[in-house]
Amino acid sequence: MSSTHPDGPIPANAVEVSGVSRVFPRRQGRDVVALDDVHLTVAEGEFVSLIGPSGCGKSTLLRIIADLDAPSAGSLSVFGKSSRQARLDQDYGIAFQQAGLLPWRTVAANVGLPLEIHRVDKGARRQRVGELLEMVGLTDFAKSYPDELSGGMQQRVAIARALAESPRLLLMDEPFGALDEITRERMQTELVRICSETGAAVVFVTHSIPEAVFLSDRVVVMTPRPGKIIEIVDSGPDTGERRDDDFRDAAGFFHTVARVRELLHGSPAAAALSAARGVENR
Amino acid sequence: MTQTLRLLGRMLLGALGVLVLAGLWEAYKALGPDSGVVIGGTTILPRTTDLAMPHVWEMITKFSDPVASFSGGDTVASAVWSACLFTLKLSAIGWVIGVVIGLVLALLMTRFRLAESAMLPWIVLSQTVPLIAIAPLVRRWGSQIHIAGWTWTSEASVAVIAAYLAFFPVAVGALRGLRSPDSTHLDLMHAYGVGWWRGLATLRLPSSVPYLLPALRLAAASAVIGEVVAEASIGLRGGVGRLVIEYAQSAGGDPAKPWAPIFGAIAVGLVSAGAVGLIGLMCRPYRRGETA
Repeated sequence: MSSTHPDGPIPANAVEVSGVSRVFPRRQGRDVVALDDVHLTVAEGEFVSLIGPSGCGKSTLLRIIADLDAPSAGSLSVFGKSSRQARLDQDYGIAFQQAGLLPWRTVAANVGLPLEIHRVDKGARRQRVGELLEMVGLTDFAKSYPDELSGGMQQRVAIARALAESPRLLLMDEPFGALDEITRERMQTELVRICSETGAAVVFVTHSIPEAVFLSDRVVVMTPRPGKIIEIVDSGPDTGERRDDDFRDAAGFFHTVARVRELLHGSPAAAALSAARGVENR
Repeated sequence: MTQTLRLLGRMLLGALGVLVLAGLWEAYKALGPDSGVVIGGTTILPRTTDLAMPHVWEMITKFSDPVASFSGGDTVASAVWSACLFTLKLSAIGWVIGVVIGLVLALLMTRFRLAESAMLPWIVLSQTVPLIAIAPLVRRWGSQIHIAGWTWTSEASVAVIAAYLAFFPVAVGALRGLRSPDSTHLDLMHAYGVGWWRGLATLRLPSSVPYLLPALRLAAASAVIGEVVAEASIGLRGGVGRLVIEYAQSAGGDPAKPWAPIFGAIAVGLVSAGAVGLIGLMCRPYRRGETA
């Protein structure tokens, strides 16, 4: 789907962030350092999660990549271009914690919104919307309105909308944060499938450790005040294994969860304890 | 089917409300003391004489009487009817002018923060000026306007005053509505690289509809009030406002007569609010957010 890019050679990396800082100035008191000297590279087709407690700047980093916010220092490139150019070229699709569907549009019209805005003609639009709705399993709901859907279904519509223009990069800011645990796991499995179908790189913000470990090739562990990357943990099933529900029960999965938890808590003993209990750290 | 039944039920309830009101009126008139209810020298409830409170049926039958007792000319009903049409037309013009001005102001205030801080206080202040005071002023200023053979008429003054009341709810309501999209939606538009006008059309205007509709209805009611008061204070002939004053002068001999144009004014208000309700029906898809 994303393989048709006639304009020149594809640069190796989807996102390159080097030395990015973001400082929010405040009138009184000290400025808030949301991000401090962050370096991160996301390869083409790679799934990278940003995890950390509130205030660690993970959402800020995502917004900077999306050109919804600007860095105070440092530089970044998205597919070798400036983030602004990448945004204007629609190189990425984006999904937020709130589905953010327009309530007066049907599901189909919501999915087709970016295509409509960028003046894709009607026939092509209808076909693409059909494909996307099939991909997220909502073909029967094309004519429904968002208020007739459950939270999980709304979020699937939002993901379909993010994929509308076949972006090679998907930016997701806690897209499953407002869903219940059962729906959430189902959505994660579906996202893995969709990503393997589209081959898009993903930057995924979350504060759920199992979610990050299940989905990602690499988990970026961040710490607050100032927002920094502590470590980047490789994740994923053993070679030859598939990333499916069995992976949730694999030893490698628990090992990575424990490792990430340890990094977040800073104390191995406490981390081991909570890992043994299998509690989700939020 | 159930929907028509529900509509019918609501209409019945509305009619019942009017009947209850008429019943209360007659009940108090029959049971209350002639001199009214007075506590400590202050009249709490009105006198119940025929002069102060004519019977409901007298008010109704008044419509079929001739306007002047000595001639067999027009009935009160036809006089009130033509006055209502006149008033309705001018209020509609005032409403349209007011809505356009209100929307333009709201757009300016949405686009430029500076415009909001500069204009909003004045917009609020404008509504505190008594209508009685500005009506003659508008007429005097207007009478100096002559554009290519067209001269300012009293009708124009009255419509402008109606617009003066009508623009306010629209400006305030539309401003709230245009500001109503949440940050996720705004981020999304930004991510799509959409310009301000395109964002206005795809996001801000549709999401302002639930705020705009009540504002438009309020504007319709305000336009009628402005219209009636302006007619009375400028002394423009032909409308309900003038008729209220005229018939009030004969209240001494004919206490039911002044009620006819009052009912007329109420009818004009209901019709204009109802017409705006029709706009609401057309905008139904944009009101889904109200229930969601």
